[in-house]
Amino acid sequence: MSATTTASRPTADGRERIGFWQATGLVAQREITTQVRSRAFIVSTVITLVIVIGGIVLSSVLGGSASTEKVAVVGDVPAAIADTESFEVVAAADRAEAVRLVRDDEVAAAVLPGDGQTGVTVIALDEVPAGVVAALSVQPEVELLETPDASGPLRTIIPLAFGLVFMLAALGSGATIMQNTVQEKQSRVVEILLAAVPARALLAGKILGNSVIGVGNAALIAAAAAVGLAVTGQGALLDLLSAPMVWFVVFFVFGFVLVASVFAAGASLVSRQEDTGSVMTPAMMLVMLPYFGALFFADNAIVMTVLSFVPFSAPVAMPVRMFFGEALWWEPLLSLGLLVAATALVVLVASRIYANSLLRTGARVSLREALRGE
Amino acid sequence: MLSLRDISKRYGTRTVLDRVSFDVGRGRLTGFVGGNGAGKTTTMRIILGVLAPDAGEVTIDGAPIGEAALHGFGYMPEERGLYPKMEIGEQLAYLARLHGIDRVGAVRRADALLDRLGLGARRRDKLEALSLGNQQRVQVAAALVHDPDVLILDEPFSGLDPLAVDEVVSVIAEHADRGVPVLFSSHQLDVVERLCDDLVIIADGRIRAAGEREALREQHAGSRWALEGSADAGWVREAPGATVVELAGPSVVFEADAAVADAVLRGALERGTVRSFRPVRPTLGEIFRDIVVDVDPGADADPERKDAA
Repeated sequence: MSATTTASRPTADGRERIGFWQATGLVAQREITTQVRSRAFIVSTVITLVIVIGGIVLSSVLGGSASTEKVAVVGDVPAAIADTESFEVVAAADRAEAVRLVRDDEVAAAVLPGDGQTGVTVIALDEVPAGVVAALSVQPEVELLETPDASGPLRTIIPLAFGLVFMLAALGSGATIMQNTVQEKQSRVVEILLAAVPARALLAGKILGNSVIGVGNAALIAAAAAVGLAVTGQGALLDLLSAPMVWFVVFFVFGFVLVASVFAAGASLVSRQEDTGSVMTPAMMLVMLPYFGALFFADNAIVMTVLSFVPFSAPVAMPVRMFFGEALWWEPLLSLGLLVAATALVVLVASRIYANSLLRTGARVSLREALRGE
Repeated sequence: MLSLRDISKRYGTRTVLDRVSFDVGRGRLTGFVGGNGAGKTTTMRIILGVLAPDAGEVTIDGAPIGEAALHGFGYMPEERGLYPKMEIGEQLAYLARLHGIDRVGAVRRADALLDRLGLGARRRDKLEALSLGNQQRVQVAAALVHDPDVLILDEPFSGLDPLAVDEVVSVIAEHADRGVPVLFSSHQLDVVERLCDDLVIIADGRIRAAGEREALREQHAGSRWALEGSADAGWVREAPGATVVELAGPSVVFEADAAVADAVLRGALERGTVRSFRPVRPTLGEIFRDIVVDVDPGADADPERKDAA
């Protein structure tokens, strides 16, 4: 035995003690690289981006295609017609030619010198050409005493959009976290990992890695949507969203970590992919809640106020309330504080469940057992 | 030296380990033998800090094992597992990094070890693409990739063909030669017998025997002798003080004290030539069966098992 020469080996040999955050970083890094490199991930990301950009471009092409109208003009072109780009002017010699152009459907309308207040006559086939008429009409000045209520379609679309983005991203990542956690248990690699790093570093790395992917993915989709809107000349829509969007992103990140912890803790209770259903359902409920809550109660100020403080629904409800200017300045801060506190608590509980149930195989570990560490 | 002192572990009402104590010396290959459910895996998990004991202490060179020391442990769990869809080279490097080796060193070690185990050309293959035997080699590599200070191997040879067993044995022996305490369990008693310096036998959560292999064999040798002569050995049955255990023509195995054995040998020489005469030392398998059978299973284990079930 050569005890004296070997006793000092532990720190030799290039091995260093790695700390909690270093271990967390390594685990997160592996989560990210293996997922980003997987074919399924690449394909689904590309498909999502194509759908988002394609949808925006397509809707603008189909919806706004009648942007220029051909208008036949006899004599001098009225300034109202010449000044806008909405009309393409076709010169016509006289009334007869103008009528022929209208009848042949070569132009949408014809403008002739005429009597009356405007000094012109508009000829069209069987329908009043609203665009031309509006351009030639004289409109009184309008003064509104109060800014109009944001209502109607926006009232439905904004919660729908916020909720949908959050739900899709959270569900997608949640399912991945669950699958990876169970896979580590099922393939038993977890025992080797646990011999190297503590369970809470494994959990933290998993949450961190998947949150980076999830948030990154959502950011990519948002960027694609922004590019799509800008390219199709609908950039103005983006200005509407700016301030609440920033809050949405902040809430999104914390809400995401919250959901990820719930999924990881749930997954560690089961040891086979086939058994994930029983823990997946309650976790999914927590994610669906804000979506449907914000959707069904978008008009109910009291319910929305409550939802905007409940940690699981706050990431959707609070930005929506802010979007419509219904939240006081301190409300998002308080809600965010609650969300962060809830996230910290869930991560704490989750790491306990995780550590106590990771090595248990076979039947599902009950929540009480996992918390007590029996 | 890795030492376990009075380690106990209970699951509910079932006692899995009962005051388990033994040592694993530096540079010694220590075999850990026991039946299914005897407590081997639980003991190993406790050494690794993966499980916490209810009582007792594990020390290395007299000091309690802290997180820093644990980083230097190499572990091969009985239930094999690595990431099936990860390239094996990358996978080993990842595990080395979790043990605190820097990025460059981790890749270098992973590659060197794979070369050593004849898998160098397949380092970019996913684990699931390898044959079961090769997956097993990767599993061994996973326990060794960070040049561990202590090696804990649970059934390292199960699933390996004889050639792979030799390869793995030589890699493990190299580590032991460098002064690493090595504890390994195995059902293959012949491999354990061939390989280990020391032996620990566990049954029903208690250590039944521990010590140097040869000393144990000596201790359990009893007084058995084997004799092979030229004539039929049936006459040994009549020899006073000797009890025949086995008789086949000119070969006989009998139990007797040293004086009687000498008398039998003289008798054999009078009757013809003697080809061989030697004391019979029990094989590990025989010792193991002796010890495990000695344990009265009804006395301490069964009632508790029923309770737990």
